[in-house]
Amino acid sequence: MKAFNKLDGLVCPLDRANVDTDAIIPKQFLKSIKRSGFGPNLFDEWRYLDHGEPGMDNSVRPLNPDFVLNFPRYAGAQVLLARENFGCGSSREHAPWALDDQGFRVVIAPSFADIFFNNCYKNGLLPIVQPAEVVDQLFRECEASEGYRLTVDLQAQTITTPSGQSFAFDITEHRKHCLLGGLDEIGLTLQHAEEIKSYEAARRQSQPWLFHQV
Amino acid sequence: MTAQTLYDKLWSSHVVREEADGTVLLYIDRHLVHEVTSPQAFEGLKLAGRGLWRVDSVVSTADHNTPTDHWDEGIKDPISRQQVETLDANIKSFGALAYFPFKDKGQGIVHVMGPEQGATLPGMTVVCGDSHTSTHGAFGALAHGIGTSEVEHVMATQCLVAKKSKNMLVKVNGPLPAGITGKDVALAIIGKIGTAGGTGYAIEFGGEAIRSLSMEGRMTLCNMAIEAGARSGMVAVDEKTIDYVKGRPFAPTGAQWDAAVAYWNTLHSDEGAHFDAVVELDASDIKPQVTWGTSPEMVTDIDGIVPDPAAEADPVKKGSIERALAYMGLTANTPVKDIPVDIVFIGSCTNSRIEDLREAAAVARGRKKAASVKQVLVVPGSGLVKAQAEAEGLDKIFIEAGFEWREPGCSMCLAMNADRLQPGERCASTSNRNFEGRQGQGGRTHLVSPAMAAAAGVTGHFVDIRQL
Repeated sequence: MKAFNKLDGLVCPLDRANVDTDAIIPKQFLKSIKRSGFGPNLFDEWRYLDHGEPGMDNSVRPLNPDFVLNFPRYAGAQVLLARENFGCGSSREHAPWALDDQGFRVVIAPSFADIFFNNCYKNGLLPIVQPAEVVDQLFRECEASEGYRLTVDLQAQTITTPSGQSFAFDITEHRKHCLLGGLDEIGLTLQHAEEIKSYEAARRQSQPWLFHQV
Repeated sequence: MTAQTLYDKLWSSHVVREEADGTVLLYIDRHLVHEVTSPQAFEGLKLAGRGLWRVDSVVSTADHNTPTDHWDEGIKDPISRQQVETLDANIKSFGALAYFPFKDKGQGIVHVMGPEQGATLPGMTVVCGDSHTSTHGAFGALAHGIGTSEVEHVMATQCLVAKKSKNMLVKVNGPLPAGITGKDVALAIIGKIGTAGGTGYAIEFGGEAIRSLSMEGRMTLCNMAIEAGARSGMVAVDEKTIDYVKGRPFAPTGAQWDAAVAYWNTLHSDEGAHFDAVVELDASDIKPQVTWGTSPEMVTDIDGIVPDPAAEADPVKKGSIERALAYMGLTANTPVKDIPVDIVFIGSCTNSRIEDLREAAAVARGRKKAASVKQVLVVPGSGLVKAQAEAEGLDKIFIEAGFEWREPGCSMCLAMNADRLQPGERCASTSNRNFEGRQGQGGRTHLVSPAMAAAAGVTGHFVDIRQL
């Protein structure tokens, strides 16, 4: 996994509540058996004026000029500013893959759906929860000032605005450790393989009906 | 010992180890695998030279991409076909307790297949790379959706890295009125607490109305816990649970059955157990539900009207309503009963089980599809459901009514196969999500129960099935 430490990134505001994973990456793109290449289809139905299908040359498709991701001032944004319940709906990890592939490293919102929130951490993408009034302020500042950037410092757990105002954010120690180091979580878990085996052996004794010969 | 909730019991009995910050390794008993969210996980295992930690925990089927007609012609879309064939190859090389491939008689929607095979049992932890895994909580199991990285993690370690959720009790008091189904209860709950109301919680559904639901009704309800924001929903074990499980292919037998039942009977919240949040509804207040917008919380009942954004003070909510009405092609204050439908979809992991099909057939019997309705699709949840429905003659009732009787799969719930809405088409659907584009780009979805969907199919608009 890609490590995350500190980022100074351009901010793109997406002013809609309950943005679901079907909107983030529509179902036709889930047919891929790869993890990469989803970026051009991020928010496909909002971003383009035509209907997207896998295999199309996205560079020649008509862009929706009213969709924020297509505004020239937000080109190259690495921080997505969003509203409540971002990432609700399906468990598709293609949603964080698409955000990552597009170049986003941070999503800031008042709340996230649980599965999406968890999936972000597995891909070096940092979801940050901030109180609604802070998110409102960031939206106002971002829309008022072209080239608006935020500095996100994972070690210090802070977001800093261009005027120097800082906001703290929460993250569990485990997730912080994994993100900072870009660690392979499976490798970490397998360090406890003996504990897993002994739990499993006890379970096989107490609930043998859960185990079958294959 | 302190009183525990059902969720507390399920959680604590699966903790392998716990870190100081509360992060645990949670042991997973059952891993359901389908073709869409697994290829990258299997690829990850291959690249790292890893295998499955426990082959007999994996039960798999292909459901999202499979067509629902012309099975003799195979899967025409080459990308869909590749994904299904990739699953075939991965199961062949990694193994599984059971695999129900495309065209197998046990094939079906993963959340229909698991319970009917007895692959979902009370007291289990059940995961799948699919958010509607919450369905299996109906059995007093801890079940939730996971992402593909976690699919790979469970394959390689039999564990999830997890943090405990908070406990929420949703209690539906009083007897369920006639004509009101698990789907109506689910939508009424989501209407009350919102699509983020359950975020961060595991929801236990209780109360007289829930106890009176069949296992199918409980599965429908738990299925939609995720639409209320909760990764997992659950219902305590009772006689209905045990009766449903008995005799299924992967259910225990003999002495093990008796031991299992003794344990399963402990799977309920203790008297006085603490819930962080309690929500109560009166069943007698619940009418047949119909969604009007692009989020499951945008719901009203059959006597309701489409809301007016002008009446909403919160600017974010007001914007959401305006956008939803524009997308749905609806005018504020329109009575729900005046909304005409073009297409009806009866199916999905929410409502494609035998009881759902019986309810739809009871409405379709002796009636005809309305001339204004282009198509009514009936898609059974699995090959076994299909066979059962045909044994009961339900297929003939549907066909006689002018409905289409299809092969099993996820179908038009998410339109990954060829079953999809055209732009602007309006659908009465028994599925779980009315998101923009969910059933096809530009398609307009109204979520309803199977009987309400069938009634819309024969009348051409929403009607109160209690008065049909």
